Amino acid sequence: MKSAAITVKNLTRRFGDKIAVNDLSIEVETGEVFGFLGHNGAGKTTTVRMLNGVLEANSGSIHVLGMDPITDGPALRARTGVLTETAALELRLTARDNLLIYADLFSVPRDKVQTRVRELLEFFGLGESADQRVETFSTGMRQRLSLARTLLHNPEVIFLDEPTSGLDPVAAHQVNALISNLAEEKGRTVFLCTHNLVEAQKLCDRVAVMEHGRLVAIGTPTDLIQQYVRRLDVEIETAPGQMDAALQALAPASSLTFGLPRHTNGNLTLTVTGREAIPELLNLLVQNHIRIYRMSPHQPTLEDVYFALHDEKETVQ
Amino acid sequence: MNWRAIFAIVRKDLKIVLQNKGVLIPIIAVSLIIFGALPWVSVLAPSMVNMGGTSLEQLNALIAQMPAGLQNQLAPYTAEQQTVIFFLVYLLAPMFLIVPLMVATVIAADSFAGERERHTLETLLYSPTTDRELFIAKLLSSWLAAVFIAFIGFLLYIVMANAAAWSVIGKIFFPNWMWMVLVLWVSPAAAGLGLGTMVLISGRARGFQDAYQTGGVVVIPILLLMFGQLTGAMYFSIGVVILIGIVLWAIDIVLIWYGGRVFRRGRLIARS
Ligand SMILES: Nc1ncnc2c1ncn2[C@@H]1O[C@H](COP(=O)(O)OP(=O)(O)OP(=O)(O)O)[C@@H](O)[C@H]1O
Ligand SMILES: [Mg+2]
Repeated sequence: MKSAAITVKNLTRRFGDKIAVNDLSIEVETGEVFGFLGHNGAGKTTTVRMLNGVLEANSGSIHVLGMDPITDGPALRARTGVLTETAALELRLTARDNLLIYADLFSVPRDKVQTRVRELLEFFGLGESADQRVETFSTGMRQRLSLARTLLHNPEVIFLDEPTSGLDPVAAHQVNALISNLAEEKGRTVFLCTHNLVEAQKLCDRVAVMEHGRLVAIGTPTDLIQQYVRRLDVEIETAPGQMDAALQALAPASSLTFGLPRHTNGNLTLTVTGREAIPELLNLLVQNHIRIYRMSPHQPTLEDVYFALHDEKETVQ
Repeated sequence: MNWRAIFAIVRKDLKIVLQNKGVLIPIIAVSLIIFGALPWVSVLAPSMVNMGGTSLEQLNALIAQMPAGLQNQLAPYTAEQQTVIFFLVYLLAPMFLIVPLMVATVIAADSFAGERERHTLETLLYSPTTDRELFIAKLLSSWLAAVFIAFIGFLLYIVMANAAAWSVIGKIFFPNWMWMVLVLWVSPAAAGLGLGTMVLISGRARGFQDAYQTGGVVVIPILLLMFGQLTGAMYFSIGVVILIGIVLWAIDIVLIWYGGRVFRRGRLIARS
């Protein structure tokens, strides 16, 4: 079994009356990409700050790499790397100066500083612009430079707060490939805060979903989909002219479906209660001699989990 | 103490200041006026308005009201020499303190309030430094710059004062011991006053401009010293200068001690 890189127990942080993080308990394993999802203001950034000893918790305990972020702050931060939300760089300095200063701040061995900085600039495609001021950089270049700065000291645990926001699809793809690579080949632990559910599903070994400071779900994307997705879209392609007959045939099965069937691309789309509904519906269609060419369930995604959790909340309230 | 990290932050702050015209121009302009131009003005102005001999007489009348200690210092000189020495050595002494004070204020405003405004403070908080190391680094960058510029300014002033007064005095008369104490003992404390004030203000200021403008209040004690000397209430003797230094250092210690208590990651991030 892998050891835990991050262990959080009953973590709570308030700002005045507002509870930003509410009794959060999670464990992140070494070498995994852990997605931390949640709407704006769900408490993601606040959690990252507490995990790095930059903000004190009101209660609860935190261990990152076996250290307490408040008492062992500097030693811990030497081994973590954080890409903050604003990805703030010194705009008046050059890309190289930005990295050189942080190399000293993070105690990169002196004889390795120049090579390390050069390698990173090359790797992130900034070799040509290394000696230009950052204020002349595009959003994508800035984000890449911030990533380079985050990885400068080879951190073991990497916190990334929205690393692909503002990037074009190609740049975002490159960053995601890098994240996977850091975890898979280098064994680094990645704590990824994001709103981008499609990315999270592709990248993350496990995800946690936060809502108003509370953890509402945690698990692998596949587990969560199985556990939470209670509706499934199924597309049915009938023989020409049999669509109305098919609708009639399905009428008795209304308990298995949500809303009315919809016409899409000349086919029929039904929202059903889950995989188990599919054989039942197929049965009904066959009994009524409808000729079915194709019946395809849409693969649910993390996005569906997210909305399912949201709906659950709505109905409870 | 992680000195490598501390000096990385100092280097960063100073590099940024060097790129910032809004910070550099006032520093250079004020230094050049005080150290480069004022000596000439104070030597030439009396002789230019000296047409009917009234100005020189008025100035000597002013000097006659000064404390006995100052009059003793000036006694060996002619009336004309006395006015020049009175200006260059005594009246301009408090002005000199404005430079370290202002430089420290401007750079600290950029380093404390400006850093928060640019959102780069948060990144710095994630570095493997203690709160105290960060605080020391931030103090050092403005203090070192202020003291450095004060010393350079002093060298410039030595040249300018002697050159401007040459036609009247005819020998190198500057600096005296009082000025050595002023530069080595009081000007670092004046820098500390600007810096300490800025540390307090920057927590509440909205940004660099706001902090810098509010920080202007620190020149008030200097103006009081200038006024005090003009009215003859006191003069810049070695004893007084040592005392001014003691008072300023004491204020610095209180301000910086308090600033250091408030300079905590948790507080800084909650405000950003
Ligand atoms: N310094 C602070 N002072 C007061 N309230 C704060 C502070 N920091 C965060 N909060 C509040 O705590 C809650 C959680 O904020 P947090 O920044 O952690 O959310 P987030 O999940 O990172 O959101 P986003 O996706 O928008 O970045 C929000 O309601 C926010 O208003
Ligand atoms: Mg956030």
